[in-house]
Amino acid sequence: MILALITRDVRRAWSSGGAVFPIAFFLLACILFPFGVGPDRVLLARIGGGVIWAAALLAALLPVERLIPPDADSGVLDQLAVRGVSMVAVATAKIAAHWISFGPPLMLAAVIASGLLGIDAARLGAIELGLLIGTPGLAALAVATSALVAGLRGASSVAGLVMLPLAVPLLIFGAGSIEGGSGALKLLGAVTLLLVVGAPIVAAAAIRVGRD
Amino acid sequence: MRLIAFDDVGCTRGGRMLFQNISFTLEPGAALIVSGPNGVGKSSLLRIAAGLLTPFSGTVRGEVVRGYLGEAHALDPEPALADALLFWARIDGADRVDVAAALAEVGLAHISEVPVRLLSTGQRRRAALAPLLASKAPVWLLDEPASGLDVAAVAQLAVLIARHRGQGGAVLLATHQLIDLPGAQTLQLGAAA
Repeated sequence: MILALITRDVRRAWSSGGAVFPIAFFLLACILFPFGVGPDRVLLARIGGGVIWAAALLAALLPVERLIPPDADSGVLDQLAVRGVSMVAVATAKIAAHWISFGPPLMLAAVIASGLLGIDAARLGAIELGLLIGTPGLAALAVATSALVAGLRGASSVAGLVMLPLAVPLLIFGAGSIEGGSGALKLLGAVTLLLVVGAPIVAAAAIRVGRD
Repeated sequence: MRLIAFDDVGCTRGGRMLFQNISFTLEPGAALIVSGPNGVGKSSLLRIAAGLLTPFSGTVRGEVVRGYLGEAHALDPEPALADALLFWARIDGADRVDVAAALAEVGLAHISEVPVRLLSTGQRRRAALAPLLASKAPVWLLDEPASGLDVAAVAQLAVLIARHRGQGGAVLLATHQLIDLPGAQTLQLGAAA
């Protein structure tokens, strides 16, 4: 059943193009920096890791609107609840599906971005490892935010205000892990774990409240 | 044996009492038509029956497995109709054969490959009935099932409801339209206030 939920969400993400936009946005944001700070290779390589993480955070914000609200509006969440499916399970499935359609493509795009920013292979390796550990946390945060702002007017602008501050630890430890090595990676892992465990509970509560 | 029972159920929405002291029991084969003017709480009553709203007072008992047809059709717009229905079949433990059978029963077998977003209002309404048929839930909760349906489809709906009752199921429905349900009880909301 969880599998059916995940398959459905991944398929929807790809068919609606919702999975492509964040990646395109991520690459665009990365390309803007060389234009902004100038083509200084040394400087770009030094700030490159942070740029990739900041762009990843902003890109993670884009799909927030299509994660929960469409299902709340179309009655899908109601129908799942009537069938006795727990909303924690639904939220967990959504996090998994969102990560599948967001995490690996983002990691691929980071390879292209690192080429544009002049990041060498060793640093790219560190960035990819950080993204692998951090993106599940980002996905969890996106789903929880989506559930919290569903039904609000101007949901997408509120979503940024809710999500970005909460994503700061991921940014700090993710960007820090490029220089700081294993200590920052462990903290990044801890933040991701906290988000992945906590987000389904928060999202489920928000969905139940939103039903009234 | 009762399939669903309301015991002194009351409902408030936004601090306003919609109804209170609603009690009824549906046995296998029973049908209850909930009627009343707009905004009197028919949909809320069905949502309470479906477990989606918590009643302000009283309790709801009976079979846990209930099929609910709300205002929204709960079908994804992009995939073909049969595939959109297959998602619900998977959740309900049914398969492609059940979906095909349900589609035939609601008279949509010929458009099973058409994406849901291209269907008309009435066709979507009929399609929304299909998961209910495939799910084999003993209690049907239908919120305005006939809205947007043509005369033939309303007649077909009555046939499907009659068959469900014949198989020992119960139906609770809110409607403004005339649906031919022999021997159905009625509950008029807003009259005895």
